[in-house]
Amino acid sequence: MEKELICINCPMGCRLSIVMKGNNVEMVIGNVCSKGVEYAKQEAVNPIRVVTSLMRPENREKPFSVKTASPIPKHLIFQCMDEIYRTHPKAPLASGDIVIQNVCGTNVNIIATQDVL
Amino acid sequence: MKNVDVLIIGGGSAGMAAAISAREQGISNVLILERANYLGGVLRQCIHNGFGIHKFKEDLTGIEYAQKYIDKILEMNIPYLTNTFVLNLSKDLTITSINSVNGLMDIQAKAIVLAMGCRERSRGALLIPGTRPAGVFTAGTAQRYLNLEGYLPGKKVVILGSGDIGLIMARQFTLEGAKVEAVVEIMPFSSGLARNISQCLNDFGIPISYNSTVVNIKGRKRVEAVTIADVDEHRIPISGTERDIICDTLLISAGLIPENELSKEAGIILSDRTKGAVVDDFLQTSIPGVFSCGNVLHVHDMVDHVSIESEIAGKNAALFVQGKLAATSFHDNISVIDGDGIMGTVPQYIHRHGNEEQIRLMFRPRKLYKNCYVCVDTGGQCILRKKRMVLTPGEMSEITINQDILANANDSIIIRVEV
Repeated sequence: MEKELICINCPMGCRLSIVMKGNNVEMVIGNVCSKGVEYAKQEAVNPIRVVTSLMRPENREKPFSVKTASPIPKHLIFQCMDEIYRTHPKAPLASGDIVIQNVCGTNVNIIATQDVL
Repeated sequence: MKNVDVLIIGGGSAGMAAAISAREQGISNVLILERANYLGGVLRQCIHNGFGIHKFKEDLTGIEYAQKYIDKILEMNIPYLTNTFVLNLSKDLTITSINSVNGLMDIQAKAIVLAMGCRERSRGALLIPGTRPAGVFTAGTAQRYLNLEGYLPGKKVVILGSGDIGLIMARQFTLEGAKVEAVVEIMPFSSGLARNISQCLNDFGIPISYNSTVVNIKGRKRVEAVTIADVDEHRIPISGTERDIICDTLLISAGLIPENELSKEAGIILSDRTKGAVVDDFLQTSIPGVFSCGNVLHVHDMVDHVSIESEIAGKNAALFVQGKLAATSFHDNISVIDGDGIMGTVPQYIHRHGNEEQIRLMFRPRKLYKNCYVCVDTGGQCILRKKRMVLTPGEMSEITINQDILANANDSIIIRVEV
């Protein structure tokens, strides 16, 4: 089976053609760097995404930005958003601080991506 | 009058990279002037990831990318003034600026780097008919409301244009609980990056309608609906294809225009194609000592490329101050001409014996090409030919020329696409 994908690792957006045999990726063409091969193998079997969003501190008016420290399964994106929406950490916070541990049981943390003074 | 060696106008990604590069080249008297109350420019409202993969080999959010440069500016003690607006730029490298602390300030610079960035095309610029209700925003304005101020400015959204900011906002509105009804694109292809179509629209099942546009906005106090219609090959709406989409918000993501009001006033020659300054391979404009980089020079898709380009401008501004930059006018140089299928190549002139061994020409194709070649010709001879899998107008492309192959070039080189 053949599949067409667009690599989302960077804005190059390499157009990848992959050849599948059952659940295994046999061949990847069209990638400029090795990340394309990794991406294709992952995307064909279990697509994952970095989620970025906003969180509201309990003691500040404006939101601050957060992200998953590494990608999580795509089908958990909205569940992850619910957890972010319900969480109100206390400022001050530094960029990189963990604000949710093990989001949706993925073993991935949500971290602040900016300082909150 | 205040004296500055290298003056940088704009404290976004371009200005910060240029300032650091000028300082590293040995200029201590550098000053950045920034209109907003913070450094970082538009990156401060980019909470999404995908930045820095080329420059830092890391996947960063826009805020994180900007912070790396802000930290460096602070660490190197590079002076900057925020909340400072530049009113005027003159040919003799003086500027007039204003802020609430220093009042009016005249500054004499030895070199100036233009790094003012760009603005979004607005509803007015697109001449969309209809009423004038609340709920019509440029995508970047909506991004600012949401990410910097914390307001979600709509619940049922139509997006006109498929520029990257619009695609990013389609995803973010969806994640925040709003419904994005459609993205409407007048061209047969997206003006955004392929990966954004994939991860912002396809991931969430948001439909994109090519060859169509918004022909009417309805609503009295707030947007109630927009009318969309198909367009013919001349981009003219086809009568009878109109249909309404009920929505409360219209986001416009239909292109960015370099913000060159200061450059125009100073008499700097601008390009009709890029809407930015005409520059040589030093990124020097038609006024010696004035350099241009980043989105004010030509609109980029990737901040990594803005940073790399701006380092070149900052370094050459420093070399100019140190008297190490060969002074030649555009006429003595090789001119770079857009050939078949190519639009807006930067730089427009190359020095015959410049200070870099390799020169990067950046351009956009006029339409989508697959399995093609980018060729460089001079005097009817092809001197460079590079294969490309895909060229699309939504993605800036580049070709690198070695200085030595230019030795025998005549007065101009032509860059073109060969199918």
